[in-house]
Amino acid sequence: MGRAKVKRKSTTVDMTAMCDVAFLLLTFFILTTKFKPDEKIPITTPSSVASKIAPEKNFIMISLDKNGHAFLNSDMVPVKEQALDLINQEQNLGLTPGEIHKLAVMPIIGTSFNNLKAYSQLPVAALNDKLPGIPIQDTANNQLKVWMKAFVSVQRDLISDDPNAKMAVILKGDNVAKFPEFKNVIAALTENSILEFQMVTNPEGVPSGTELWKKAQSEGAKLEPVNG
Amino acid sequence: MAEMDTSSKDTGKKGPGVKKGKKMSTRVDLTPMVDLGFLLITFFMFTTTMSQPTSMNLKMPDDNANTKEQNVKQSGAMTIWLGDKNRLYYYDGELKADLSNVQMSDFKAIRQVILDKKAVTPPDDLFMIVMPGNNSTYKNIIDILDEFSIDVVERYALVNKVDTGYSANINKMDAIADQAGK
Repeated sequence: MGRAKVKRKSTTVDMTAMCDVAFLLLTFFILTTKFKPDEKIPITTPSSVASKIAPEKNFIMISLDKNGHAFLNSDMVPVKEQALDLINQEQNLGLTPGEIHKLAVMPIIGTSFNNLKAYSQLPVAALNDKLPGIPIQDTANNQLKVWMKAFVSVQRDLISDDPNAKMAVILKGDNVAKFPEFKNVIAALTENSILEFQMVTNPEGVPSGTELWKKAQSEGAKLEPVNG
Repeated sequence: MAEMDTSSKDTGKKGPGVKKGKKMSTRVDLTPMVDLGFLLITFFMFTTTMSQPTSMNLKMPDDNANTKEQNVKQSGAMTIWLGDKNRLYYYDGELKADLSNVQMSDFKAIRQVILDKKAVTPPDDLFMIVMPGNNSTYKNIIDILDEFSIDVVERYALVNKVDTGYSANINKMDAIADQAGK
């Protein structure tokens, strides 16, 4: 009597389907990905229920790091260049056009006026949170005021040419930055008649049961759901 | 490991003198390709930023313009001090000189306080004043402004000058709270 022979099956699995799925997902991620912007100064922002996406172009960003140091950044190199030019004349810094250009293309500006000349020679790798920042601690010598004044006057010229060239002022503060520095940043803005500005936050869901939540519910899907 | 032998099916007749080319399998082992695919997926998943930062709008009054002083009714006003170590102090209406009407709170409990105040005040009179102390952080300010938007408080003001009088009061309250060990 012959024993029933169990047919030996191959252990190999067809990989084609899995490969298809893997590459489908890969394509999705490649297309949706947006790299984290290279941040020179690490800042942990607080979260809020605000659902408006922070502006990504035509902005002037003031960063306030955890030590209360202020840094300036903008995506508009020509505007930065003009503002630097103005400050250079006003404060007699003696910067050459080459140095001004170098400063304008730097990702952040974070030093006092007197050090700008030396700062323009710094390599990009040296731009980190060890920088002293723009002096704002002292109310009498709040250099951010001078910076904002220069930006405002450059903007005024721009708007006269093109009414749509409005810049958004963004404030990006760290969780543990203290109020006195924050207050001096705001003072620098309000004294230059910049009365409206945006504060960068992490998105956060509206807690259910609260008034805003009820309002959003009654308005239907009017309030966009917060991502993340 | 992932070899599949499919070329073993020899169905053709083999004559003695017929030389037949060996039939090669057209199948390719896809395992390394899948590995690579998932490796790249992992990479993109980690580098991608799903949530974009949002922004909160803040409008400040113009210090220079001679705007009409806003009339705030004492009955509808509530002042919130931001103290040290994420502490909050609040009082209704006018401050008593001995600070007897100042109450302590925190960021969880303040929601109910604001809602209670809102419930007993006509909507036009409700006004919140935030006075941050020197030891309060940026997060505290954002949190309290966020709390206003959560509770749909339309009228509020952020005091942008540290007055020695009120900062001394906040320090006093902080000292009391420290002593109480809270």
